[in-house]
Amino acid sequence: MSSDNGRKPRIAVFKFASCDGCQLSLLDAEDELLAVAGAVEIAYFPEASRRMLKGPYDIGLVEGSITTHHDAQRIQQIRRQCRTLVTIGACATAGGIQALRNWRDTGEFVRYVYARPDYIQTLNHSTPIAEHVPVDFELRGCPINKYQLIELLSATLAGRKPNIPTYSVCIECKRRGTVCVAVAQGAMCLGPVTQAGCGAICPAYGRGCYGCYGPMENPNSKRLAAHFLETGKEREQVVRAFRTYNAWAWQFREATEEREG
Amino acid sequence: MRKRARETADQGQAGAARRSLLLSPAALGELLAALLRRGYTVIAPTVRDGAICYEPVNGVEELPAGYTMELEAGSCRLKRRGDEALFGYVVGAKSLKNYLHPPERRVFAAERDNGLFRILPEQTERPRFAFLGVRPCDLAAAAIQDRVFLKDRYQDGEYRARREAAFVVAVHCTEPAATCFCASMGTGPRAKDGFDIALTEIVEPGRHLFVAEAGTAAGAELLAELNASEAPEELCRAAEEALERAASSMKRRLDGDGLRELLYERFEDPHWDDVARRCLCCANCTMVCPTCFCVTVEDTSDVTGRRAERWQRWDSCFTQNFSYIHGGSVRLSPKSRYRQWLTHKLAAWVDQFGTPGCVGCGRCISWCPVGIDITQEVAALREAARTRA
Repeated sequence: MSSDNGRKPRIAVFKFASCDGCQLSLLDAEDELLAVAGAVEIAYFPEASRRMLKGPYDIGLVEGSITTHHDAQRIQQIRRQCRTLVTIGACATAGGIQALRNWRDTGEFVRYVYARPDYIQTLNHSTPIAEHVPVDFELRGCPINKYQLIELLSATLAGRKPNIPTYSVCIECKRRGTVCVAVAQGAMCLGPVTQAGCGAICPAYGRGCYGCYGPMENPNSKRLAAHFLETGKEREQVVRAFRTYNAWAWQFREATEEREG
Repeated sequence: MRKRARETADQGQAGAARRSLLLSPAALGELLAALLRRGYTVIAPTVRDGAICYEPVNGVEELPAGYTMELEAGSCRLKRRGDEALFGYVVGAKSLKNYLHPPERRVFAAERDNGLFRILPEQTERPRFAFLGVRPCDLAAAAIQDRVFLKDRYQDGEYRARREAAFVVAVHCTEPAATCFCASMGTGPRAKDGFDIALTEIVEPGRHLFVAEAGTAAGAELLAELNASEAPEELCRAAEEALERAASSMKRRLDGDGLRELLYERFEDPHWDDVARRCLCCANCTMVCPTCFCVTVEDTSDVTGRRAERWQRWDSCFTQNFSYIHGGSVRLSPKSRYRQWLTHKLAAWVDQFGTPGCVGCGRCISWCPVGIDITQEVAALREAARTRA
């Protein structure tokens, strides 16, 4: 990516409803951080710097989901200011763990949690950024993988296609040489329907995949959920497995909404 | 492909004319130690993460004495045996492929150099592998990969180097798993060639022995260093009988008769839709298949734009990008991907390389998370051909 007037591309990082873990991945990229700072101008990144420059920006990284009227308007302004808009993390790409509210009465939560519910203005649903504005690239994960973030930035700067696979976690798991926890232990593993990118961490530590990277390309989530039930898992367990950080992704919803019955 | 194998192939049919030696479990330990002394990285079965895997080992005590693996469609369970057999199981998820055709490797790195593009020298020191406990199906699979990588105009130099340096100690199969069907594919339970040494394990109450035969001069030389005597006729017969029992006790079979034509004819069979409803497109079958060889090549550049790398990684026909050409992917549906895999493996492979791409190891059956069984899918297509015109 070459910027206008030959200056360095300007990057901005924005936050919506989220835990900040994904934008911290950028700060966590210790070895590459100086190189990133040398290649781009970090123009707006409140988590990292008090210097907040006005837009427009060449690349906008957006973390978090839309949960308030105010945020629904703010994302429109941000979209207008960013040449390339990239959403980072499960909140921004699927609605996040907070999308669990989408199956319940949000008003009830507000009444339980807050002393003055009338101070709280919120939407009933937590939704991904792409439901509100066009998004150029979605970087998955809860949190995102810093190496994928660096790859995405490097590719964007070079004007090439990023090497961010959309196939299953199983491919990474097998390349890594991990024994399949689903087959060898009967673990409830979402790897076969989850997008790669984490490096298949959990199975390498003897745990089934939690699905942090959301649905892969063409996931057959319904069949996997049915298989869990056929092999003795409880319905509630199966629903819970699919309802975590990417619960609101329709391909995972599809697996659980019928099950819930 | 291996000169040594060819030199000694005329020494006679396996078993009959070859000299058979008797090895004790202790002598097997000596064999492993001798391989380590020769500087090999010894890859042998060992218990890891609730399964038996082919991994680097440093001594015979790391072999899974007294363990077996019960394999079924979509299931693998590590179990204790009632004896101390060292090879009382068939195959784990990994095969020779993991070592001879590694899952990922850097092809080269390059740097910008005064407006030019300079390729950086790669480390060329490669591991020398000795494989201990290789099953006949896996030897057959290695022969198929030899055909793919080494017998056409363009050859894979990395594979060639690793393959030519490898030493192979095979173990004939006396106890097939429930997922095995090598007898119907003609690849087992006896290894015909492609080994330096082949063993048959005899575990009976009161005795635990190995009958060893050399397949190459290098194998014979190594056996000569061990404390081994000529195997008595009775023991050789017992080994033969065990192999015959293994062949006849195999429950699964894949009927290859006229299969190539049948698969081409059943291209539009509704059964493919049935498989597609069950298939997850997770690609596990292709990852564990000892003959699947597809790779993708990925180029990356760093954030400064000064350094680039090219990586080769295992790929799978079950991914969307695999069939990406200008404008999009050709095989968008899971149905088209499963059909591509099965039809290539059992039909187009024959046109391309002269044999089917399946050796009957059963890995795709046991390591499929939902237990899709290639032998059943073929049987179902046969049945469809019989009942649907």
